[in-house]
Amino acid sequence: MSRLRIDLNLAAPDDFYEALIDAHRGLTPEQSQAMNAALVLLLANHVGDMQVLREALERARAAV
Amino acid sequence: MADADYQALEFPYRPHPDARAAMPARHPVVVVGAGPVGLTAAIDLAGRGLPVVLLDDDCRLSTGSRAICFAKRTLEIWDRLGLGQRMADKGVSWNVGRIFFQDGEVWRFDLLPEPGHRRPAFINLQQYYCEGYLLEHAARRPGIDLRWKHKVVGARALADGVELTVETPDGTHALHADWVLACDGSRSPMRRILGREAHGRVFRDRFLIADIRMHADFPPERWFWFDPPFHPGQSVLLHRQPDDIWRVDFQMGWDADPVEAVKPENVLPLLRALLGPRAEFQLEWVSLYTFACERMDCFRHGRVLFAGDAAHRVSPFGARGANSGVQDAENLAWKLEAVISGAAPEALLDTYCLEREYAADENILNSSRATDFITPKSEVSRLFRNTVLKLARDHPFARALVNSGRLSVPSAYRTSPLNTPDADRFEGPMAPGTVALDAPVLRNGRPDWWLAQLPGDFMLAVFCDDPRDADRGALEDLARDDVPVRTILVRGAESPPGAHEDGIAQVVDAEGWLARRYDGRPGTCYLIRPDQHVAARWRRFEPRRVRAARDCALARGDAHDFPASGARA
Repeated sequence: MSRLRIDLNLAAPDDFYEALIDAHRGLTPEQSQAMNAALVLLLANHVGDMQVLREALERARAAV
Repeated sequence: MADADYQALEFPYRPHPDARAAMPARHPVVVVGAGPVGLTAAIDLAGRGLPVVLLDDDCRLSTGSRAICFAKRTLEIWDRLGLGQRMADKGVSWNVGRIFFQDGEVWRFDLLPEPGHRRPAFINLQQYYCEGYLLEHAARRPGIDLRWKHKVVGARALADGVELTVETPDGTHALHADWVLACDGSRSPMRRILGREAHGRVFRDRFLIADIRMHADFPPERWFWFDPPFHPGQSVLLHRQPDDIWRVDFQMGWDADPVEAVKPENVLPLLRALLGPRAEFQLEWVSLYTFACERMDCFRHGRVLFAGDAAHRVSPFGARGANSGVQDAENLAWKLEAVISGAAPEALLDTYCLEREYAADENILNSSRATDFITPKSEVSRLFRNTVLKLARDHPFARALVNSGRLSVPSAYRTSPLNTPDADRFEGPMAPGTVALDAPVLRNGRPDWWLAQLPGDFMLAVFCDDPRDADRGALEDLARDDVPVRTILVRGAESPPGAHEDGIAQVVDAEGWLARRYDGRPGTCYLIRPDQHVAARWRRFEPRRVRAARDCALARGDAHDFPASGARA
């Protein structure tokens, strides 16, 4: 049974974080929201596993 | 037969002698409501030898096109009843849908990507044609006693039936029925009379249907626009119907004024924006509607059985209303006949509820999801919807998320207690509970269709290399049972010449479609129910197992302990 990884899985965490922030540079808050929505959909399809996705949704919701 | 102007027809009220009877007249089956569902049920029941009284509170057929998309399975059911060809000949066939977002096409889909089916995924046909053809078919056969302007205003349970109070222009009278089928539509008076309400969600949105008459050479496809420039922020659906009639469906929002929205001066600018300033068309029919997704907790109330919109309602996206109602009718007809003739216990009718409540839940789920995509309920829902549509152009995965209606396909009753679970290994889609797939075959050397070989009895399909090897004695015995199981042999193209039909029907699976779709090889047997759903299958013919599976499919014996219907899956 797959579970959502919450230990570190990124080889270069700082690089990813910088790329994420850079990708939003110059966007209005609305545009950033639209970009985040597209990002969620692209990554969700890549993950594919419904159980992992449900767990991610729960954890993300709990983080609000 | 030439087409009448069905919308203009008025059927005369005729006083019936039942109204003056000293004691209420008794009938085995009374069907309430002569719409597509009630008429289909009446034709199926009468074809099974049951006389049917069909009551309708009105004296006209459908006004306006209303239900227009009839699915492959519905046509197959009407084929079995002998009127599929007329519907298909008149209807506009289509398999392809296109989805547009703002000013561009995001993708197209084909609902029937594979050949080897007699019927297309859908035909578009105005409801008044559908009802008119059903009515003419019903009138030509014995056993259907249709009474116009007979409105049921009361119902009372009897020990072994139902007493109906019927109102006519001459006053009221009572009728007794062993069984009543309530097919009286979404506002079902029968439901209200019996105090059985439906539960579900009402959607806060309004849609405008406009039927227009126009010569245009668009292809016969379903076109769906999200947020198009000509109707910003809303959705629009375009469908072609026979007689150069086009259906345009505009999403209007909850604030649309029901009186103002349907006025031609307000409808015409919407159509001009879609069709351009020079398009020539005439407005035929306009209607503003809202919708709900809901169902009754249980489709059976004693000896009253509910079917169609009376039992369940869905949003129109997906064409799951009339189509599921016709499937209700066909599920019910053979079971009711089996119970009335004494071949099956009343428990068989509880499986009508189990199977069709399951189907209704499936339809409601699909239809609610489509509605949530088409009518987002929040800003973030709209954001994801629009993002999916933007991604769909270049990202195949996103196309699967686009939901303009998941179009009607028959429910597979995979968990039905009428199924005999597989004991042998099978590949492919034809698991017990699923509806038998069609395929081209040869019958007596002539091209024919597989489903035409399954006319409404229990059928045993036996795949074989050489029909001469079949256990004829045992197969002929099965056909002599109290509830007969008739055999159809399926042989391959290479089977020996001289293997001619002799008492037991046979078809040639010349192109191998049946072998592929049913994972059939020599020895494979399928027991198929009267409604063409698979009941059981084996790799080897054993009469004892066939009889046990047939009895299981008739809910015979006390092995059956059904879960209570009404529990939502």
